[in-house]
Amino acid sequence: MSALQDEAQPRGAKIKGNKPVDQLEAANRFIAASAHQKMHDERLWDLRKKRDAQMHLISEWEELRELASDIKSHTLDHLADYLEEFERNAKANGVHVHWAKDAQESNQIITDILKEHNAKTLVKSKSMLGEECRLRQHLEENDIHVIETDLGERIQQLDHEDPSHVVVPAVHKTRTDVSKVFVKTLNAEQGNNDVHYLAETQRENTRPYILNADAGMTGGNFLVAETGAVVVCTNEGNADLSANTPPLHIVTVGIEKIIPKMEHLAVFIRLLSRSALGSPITQYTSYFRGPRKGGEMHVVLVDNGRSTRLASKKFKAGLKCIRCGACMNTCPVFRRSGGLSYGSVYAGPIGLILSPTFNTHKYRNLPFASTLNGSCTNVCPVKINLHEQVFAWRETLADEKELSLSKRILMTAMGKLLAHPKAYRTAVQTGDKVLSYLPHFVVYNKLNAWGRQRDLPPAPKETFHSWYAKNYKNKGKTDE
Amino acid sequence: MKVGLFIPCYMDALEPEVGISTLKLLERFNVDVTYPFDQTCCGQPMTNTGCHKEAAETEKLFVKNFAEFDYIVMPSGSCTNQVRHHFDAIDQTKEVQHVRKNTYDLVEFLHDILKVDAFPWATFSHKIAIHYNCNALRGLRHASMSERREPFFSKPKDLLSKVKGIEFVELERPDECCGFGGTFSVFEEGVSAKMGQDKVMDQHRSGAEYVISADSSCLMHQKGCAMRMGVNLKYAHIAQILNGDLS
Amino acid sequence: MSSREFILNQIRESCNAEPSVGPNVPLFHKDSFDIVEQFKQSLLIMGGKIIEKGQNDPFEFVKAKLEDAKVICSLVPDIEGNKKLTDNMHPKELQDIDYGVLRASFGVAETGSICLTDQDLLINTLGYLPQHLIVLLDPKQIVENLHDAYARPEWKQIHYGALHSGPSATADIEGVLIRGAQGVRSLSVLLIT
Repeated sequence: MSALQDEAQPRGAKIKGNKPVDQLEAANRFIAASAHQKMHDERLWDLRKKRDAQMHLISEWEELRELASDIKSHTLDHLADYLEEFERNAKANGVHVHWAKDAQESNQIITDILKEHNAKTLVKSKSMLGEECRLRQHLEENDIHVIETDLGERIQQLDHEDPSHVVVPAVHKTRTDVSKVFVKTLNAEQGNNDVHYLAETQRENTRPYILNADAGMTGGNFLVAETGAVVVCTNEGNADLSANTPPLHIVTVGIEKIIPKMEHLAVFIRLLSRSALGSPITQYTSYFRGPRKGGEMHVVLVDNGRSTRLASKKFKAGLKCIRCGACMNTCPVFRRSGGLSYGSVYAGPIGLILSPTFNTHKYRNLPFASTLNGSCTNVCPVKINLHEQVFAWRETLADEKELSLSKRILMTAMGKLLAHPKAYRTAVQTGDKVLSYLPHFVVYNKLNAWGRQRDLPPAPKETFHSWYAKNYKNKGKTDE
Repeated sequence: MKVGLFIPCYMDALEPEVGISTLKLLERFNVDVTYPFDQTCCGQPMTNTGCHKEAAETEKLFVKNFAEFDYIVMPSGSCTNQVRHHFDAIDQTKEVQHVRKNTYDLVEFLHDILKVDAFPWATFSHKIAIHYNCNALRGLRHASMSERREPFFSKPKDLLSKVKGIEFVELERPDECCGFGGTFSVFEEGVSAKMGQDKVMDQHRSGAEYVISADSSCLMHQKGCAMRMGVNLKYAHIAQILNGDLS
Repeated sequence: MSSREFILNQIRESCNAEPSVGPNVPLFHKDSFDIVEQFKQSLLIMGGKIIEKGQNDPFEFVKAKLEDAKVICSLVPDIEGNKKLTDNMHPKELQDIDYGVLRASFGVAETGSICLTDQDLLINTLGYLPQHLIVLLDPKQIVENLHDAYARPEWKQIHYGALHSGPSATADIEGVLIRGAQGVRSLSVLLIT
């Protein structure tokens, strides 16, 4: 406990403009903060275990995943039709529908709506799209005061950090870290690390903002084409408060969030919270089909690279994602690295495959932050072949000359050596002393990365190859 | 039945005794085993780094070495997965297709092809934890996976259950990756080592004396971590147990 | 070209499959399923409470809960409140309510959820601004699972509705579960026709 309280919070990746993010560097610092890392790993693993327990309660679990995947694939194949159907129905319900090509346009549309309504304060529930578009930062530059209403998101806002996880944004922080932030920003009692106290402090601090805000904003987990409705899943009730208290409700949502019908919604609601947190459902599953009496509702449909991704046969599947975070919870690399080490809005397995679609050069290291173990693919409720996409990204990076120099040199050399048996044997058996007892990919690494924290097996007297040559003289074929 | 034996590059250099156990074990079942001399590697380091073009010649060489056999067997789930699922850098000729289709990992070969029902020569009176290589588990389906709602099965456990004396212990995180990951182990050293250390501690807490796996690569990494940490755990390949080389 | 056209064109260029209907979803009903019992169990898991019916007065225990409450807003004829909702009220005027009492449209056994629509709430913030909620639910209006729930006709009529599954909650700090995050601190259900 005291180690957890004393240890300084490790910070995320160092962002240097467009330079490739060094995920490993940040991950190493996270691991070095061992109490934080341990808490982070155990907490996310606990979510994974709770998810498993829910799975075992639902006999049709795998069938639901298959359905969810099929519904998403079908929808992506008919995306334009469903978006038009949604727009038609939403408009008929009295909702204003806007379309934004990219983050910049989306931010502008939202700023314009707020300015038209003379809105100075905005209460906002969690939206990954908002993070993707840097919406909060944009609004604040335009003198609009934004208050995140989700506890985790609020912590991150007050600490000037991005969310480290799509569902639990402050999962990398300890209660002490949170207390320090609240002492500085919310006038909380110094040294009071009680979690109930901290949560209550935020509740009481946020409530006046909610009551007096000029506008409220939510994201959207699903859009239902058939009814023109937006569905939002939360646990704290902050989305419903943000949407229902101020006179103006703005929804910002990615175009891939659409599903055709209400019957399809059931499949996703059954899977979402069970996969994310291991709870049967979120406390609130809210359905906004039109403005309330005297209120106004706007939906901003945002593309921001999605239609381009749709054209990519290889990476289209990433658009099925429902942002449950299950892939992060199960990812052994994520649990050891912390979400902020990725230096990208989307972290963990889904981040490895989405981030390079936004900026291939900057995020070129991310697809290597994976052992390709495949656990992510197995937990994904919409059956995105995550680890295969990570694998495919590596090939794309190589094709686009986005591999680091050291990887390129090493792989070219190895490819040549391994294609030539004689050269290879010479290297292993007679040539390089080091090669006689080290796997080649280890020794090519000048820094001896293997040996820093691991011992090496003692060198055997001879290779299998020479043993066989001695003992099975007439077998095998050789041109030696 | 003509079988070509492939010995993974790291095993050839570092753990020849596992190769020997594999060969001797196969011979016990009257299998005509040959070790083609010109073999090098399955190409995984390049392929998994995205360098498919650089892997092409290695893949070609592999096919050239093994096309003549009815079966290609190797004591590695990971390399088998590479041959079966990732030999895509070369033209898919008849030979390539034949090799991909008939390459088996040792566990699969004993369990599914030879359908071995006894290892009367083997006794191993120890508590063991099984380690599943991720490619063997989720690529080849050596066993049921904890993330899926599916009935339990385990081919390595089926085989090991036929050896006298073994007591199985379970890990808290039974199929969590150990962090080896091929080139990951050196490219992403810090995270890899941390995962390895956590795996070793899980094994240690389980009360296991031995960790047994169908893949030496993961074991080499775990053993390296355990030795450095001073944790007293032994590691062995399943071939060594099934052939009765350790007791 | 508007952004709308631009996006739709771009999508259609890359992906324009022949029209087809989406997958059909079965209802996944279970044999021998005690809907009411399952509802109660699920509600407890989600942190909600069940209020038992009193023997003489079915509302006995509801009334007991309300004894010390200062501000009560009831939309239920059997329970008297001291705060009335009117059409032209600002939603924030509900901030001082200790207990909100209302009837839900339906419940869901699978998840212990109750559905509160804009028609049930009158003013939507009634579901969130009070400190506590007491919800009456007709046991005959409990459906088996979420498939049934989303097949209900309400969704095509209302402008707003939410499935409430227990009270508001958060586990955003070190995974410590706290009931009563931004919304209500407790949610109690009385099963009554």
